[in-house]
Amino acid sequence: MIPLSHAPHAHAPMTVGQVMATVLLALIPATLYGFWLYGWPAVFLWVVAMGTALLAEAAALFLQGRAAKPALLDGSAALTAWLLAISLPPFAPWWIAAIGSVFAIVIAKQVFGGLGQNVFNPAMAARVMLLISFPVEMTLWAAPMPITSTQAPALMEGLAITFGGSHWDGMASATLLGHVKTEFSRGIDLTTSLPAHFSAVQGGLLDAAWGSRAGSLGETAGLLLLLGGVFLIVRGVITWHAPVAMLLGVAAPALLAHALSPAHYLGVLPHLLSGGLMLAAFFIVTDPVTSPNTTAGLLVFGLLCGLLTWIIRTWGGYPEGVAFAVMIMNSLTPIIDRYVKPRIYGRDRKGQSLQLEAKRSEK
Amino acid sequence: MNPLSSLFSSFRSRGGVHPDGRKQLSTEPPIRLLPLPPLLFVPLQQHVGAAARVSVLVGDRVLKGQLIGASGGNISAPVHASTSGRVVAIGDFPSPHPSGLPSATITIEPDGAERWIETRVPDDPFSLSPEEIATRVGAAGIVGLGGATFPSAVKLNLSRKSGIATLIVNGGECEPYLTCDDRLMRERADGIVEGIRLIAYAAGAREILVGIEDNKPEAIAAMRRAAASSEVQIKVVPAMYPMGWDKRMIQVLTGKEVPAEGRSAEIGVLVHNVATAWAVREAIRSGRPLVSRVVTVSGAAVAAPGNLEVPIGALAADLIKACRGLTSDPARLVLGGPMMGTQLPHLKVPMVKGSSGLLALTSKEIGLLTPAPCIRCSSCVRACPAGLLPLEMAAHIRAADLASAVGLGLKDCIGCGSCSYVCPAHIPLVHYFNYAKGELGALEKAKLRTDATRKLADMRNERMQRIAREREEAARQRAARKAEADAAKKAAATAAIEKELA
Amino acid sequence: MLIAIFSLTVLGGSLGLFLGYAARRLEVEGNPLVEEIQAILPGSQCGQCGFPGCAGAAQALANGVAPVTLCPPGGREVVALLAAKLGMEVNLAEIKNAVPQIAEVQDELCIGCTKCYKVCPTDAIMGAAKQIHAVFREACTACGKCVEVCPTEATRLISVPVTLQSWYWTKPVMPGAAA
Repeated sequence: MIPLSHAPHAHAPMTVGQVMATVLLALIPATLYGFWLYGWPAVFLWVVAMGTALLAEAAALFLQGRAAKPALLDGSAALTAWLLAISLPPFAPWWIAAIGSVFAIVIAKQVFGGLGQNVFNPAMAARVMLLISFPVEMTLWAAPMPITSTQAPALMEGLAITFGGSHWDGMASATLLGHVKTEFSRGIDLTTSLPAHFSAVQGGLLDAAWGSRAGSLGETAGLLLLLGGVFLIVRGVITWHAPVAMLLGVAAPALLAHALSPAHYLGVLPHLLSGGLMLAAFFIVTDPVTSPNTTAGLLVFGLLCGLLTWIIRTWGGYPEGVAFAVMIMNSLTPIIDRYVKPRIYGRDRKGQSLQLEAKRSEK
Repeated sequence: MNPLSSLFSSFRSRGGVHPDGRKQLSTEPPIRLLPLPPLLFVPLQQHVGAAARVSVLVGDRVLKGQLIGASGGNISAPVHASTSGRVVAIGDFPSPHPSGLPSATITIEPDGAERWIETRVPDDPFSLSPEEIATRVGAAGIVGLGGATFPSAVKLNLSRKSGIATLIVNGGECEPYLTCDDRLMRERADGIVEGIRLIAYAAGAREILVGIEDNKPEAIAAMRRAAASSEVQIKVVPAMYPMGWDKRMIQVLTGKEVPAEGRSAEIGVLVHNVATAWAVREAIRSGRPLVSRVVTVSGAAVAAPGNLEVPIGALAADLIKACRGLTSDPARLVLGGPMMGTQLPHLKVPMVKGSSGLLALTSKEIGLLTPAPCIRCSSCVRACPAGLLPLEMAAHIRAADLASAVGLGLKDCIGCGSCSYVCPAHIPLVHYFNYAKGELGALEKAKLRTDATRKLADMRNERMQRIAREREEAARQRAARKAEADAAKKAAATAAIEKELA
Repeated sequence: MLIAIFSLTVLGGSLGLFLGYAARRLEVEGNPLVEEIQAILPGSQCGQCGFPGCAGAAQALANGVAPVTLCPPGGREVVALLAAKLGMEVNLAEIKNAVPQIAEVQDELCIGCTKCYKVCPTDAIMGAAKQIHAVFREACTACGKCVEVCPTEATRLISVPVTLQSWYWTKPVMPGAAA
């Protein structure tokens, strides 16, 4: 007896593995640039994050009695770990990456039911957990030390930083957002703090724009991430709605506020290029599992993510708001999905069958 | 219309997919006549509605086009002998259905003479009244040959009563592999146009639009030539799946949307397939009932794919043989197109009025992998031409929550397969929906049955109680009468004794 | 420290009191459920559930001492309706026992004793004395009473044959995950 199969008997060639692989491909330029900017410690941190994530996923699947191979090969655990790794401070100790990865995979993903069932973006959930639990390690930013320069740690020294917990000259640098917020708390506004920050950065303003400044791998290579994002849109893996909405959600209030009071509010470009906004806009907010189903829903989602990010950055207690904003909006995704639905053919927006003109005029 | 809805794409361009057409496999060779098979198996149910009723006996000799099954009711269609010969059996035979379940079938042994019945041919078909045309279309057993198999005469009569402004003829043929309508339009355009004009006349339509996809340039040219001096307008529509969905064709050609709980007739539109138009022309112009149709035989596993004119009742095996057999063991046999077609359990099933295609596919063509978990990428939402949320409906059905799936619009799903086609996780979405529709249908039927049996049980209880009461009443009356009789006897006896003593 | 303990205790205590008050005050009185459940059951009083008739089964269901799968003649549809009425989750795909059944009288064994049609609760058997009996399939609920009383075992329960009209697709199975 032939097993009974249902239509369709043809299929588009795309698979989940291919989708994930394309996203990973889009991340490579920014990651490689980050490796070059921050040296060996960044590489080791990335390796630890990826390794522990895959092990954690395998262990979780084994405990559930599910087949491990197809799930590991679909690339979702690797993507989560990669995104987490490039949002961490590059000189962070290995156990930050390990704890973060395990939390992301086991608590934020597998406990909810595995792939496709999680409510919160696992990478962002892990980042938030780490930030709250280990604020010191998570805010210890390093100034960029290109791997070829003499100041950069060599391989062995890199191992010592990541695994041995040793410190390095130039490690305590601040990100743009961190520096600005600290100065605000001391009563120093942007007219003083901004130039001070850029003068500390090698190469000045242009280098800073290109990413040569303190931050995480994902934070600094903003333009490369933008390129990666555009690549994903062109390939049809993501749509433009959520990224554009998020960037708009940050840019619009930033523009307004900066115009009203340039000394107290950062401008559009600093906002867009710092703090992992580019990473979030193209890679986090577009995570299919935790974002709404419809394009209209994605616009709402992205816009509010951006707005919340700007609000937290400007008035919140933390210098960086992306992770929190994304978590908050993830929890609102089901509500957005409930109210923002496509219109069904032959029905109006409320779901009632369309009435004919004649019948309507009769009533 | 909400101005914002144009921002988020109207239904004219929303949804749908662009599968690889693969029409080049079968589009070039002209339509060939299938050599007469040794036996023809004509089922009595080839259409939507009541099955036809057998009107011949085993052993009867029949002519080509002779009535062998009368229409079974108001919504039904008659069935005719596809060739001259002898009725050798009437009974169950496997139907062309995935279940392989049998259905009542008349088996005819051809005598090879192909002798037609006496046909009634009018001098001018347009001199007949519209009602007469509809009657003859019904008597010819014509049903929607696009695959829906709705009795065409019923549709014509309903349309005439409702008042139709526009007749749309569907030359879309959006399913991959299928080229039967394409070849029909290329080779028999004149006849098709005449059939179209007859349908328009019978339905009372003033405007006639023929929608043909832009991937059929020769068919468009042929139809334009044939329709040049008539009121029939040929319109080119963008090729995509499912352009052939009648509601979409209506929207693209007229801009009107059919209400969800209504029919196209309510907005003054009637849709017919090009092959149906050809069948109408044959029935009215030549007096011939529907006894054959063009079927596309295709797929990588077929040696010589092409289009065959097939007598109704020929086995799928006969068609494959006429295409020089199979080159390899097919991974799947499909009746219809790959997007909505049904799997055939084997080749020994008959081709019926709605059989547009017979495909022998290799596993590479099917391209189906083991399903993976849903990543909620919403590709299915973007692909759905009806504006539904397939991922949500499937998730609810999987959790055995059919009511929520209905709330999300399950009943508006047309089963086109676009969502399953694009899903990167290869989740069998349409399978979920058809399972749910079947389950709901069965629950509905069972509920009606339970209601009916409960009524019967109640009626019986009442009857038993009534009988018991009547028995009691009768017993009481008997007892009363007996008491009376006893009293009377006693009185009589006493009187007699007193008389004696006196 | 003390203030913290005190304030949390007061908070917890007052909320607990509020919940208790609400539980008493807003409790649903009575149980109209029994009649509603009884309306769902087939009503043929066959006793296969083990309770005294459909009324007994309804009472047991309302009290929560009977499973929703207790009625074989009712089949999956009754299970679904009962589950919906009682607000319970049930996985219909796992209810395999209810292959619908129908009684059938085997002609060769029937002696026309009329015992079966007298006990049929829905008058589903037709026949007369010394004549072969037959079952109206649309009326039969497969309660089994006729099978019990038939002296020649001519009556038996068979599975309803699937026809082209009643066939529908089974639920797709997703590999590796709980159904």
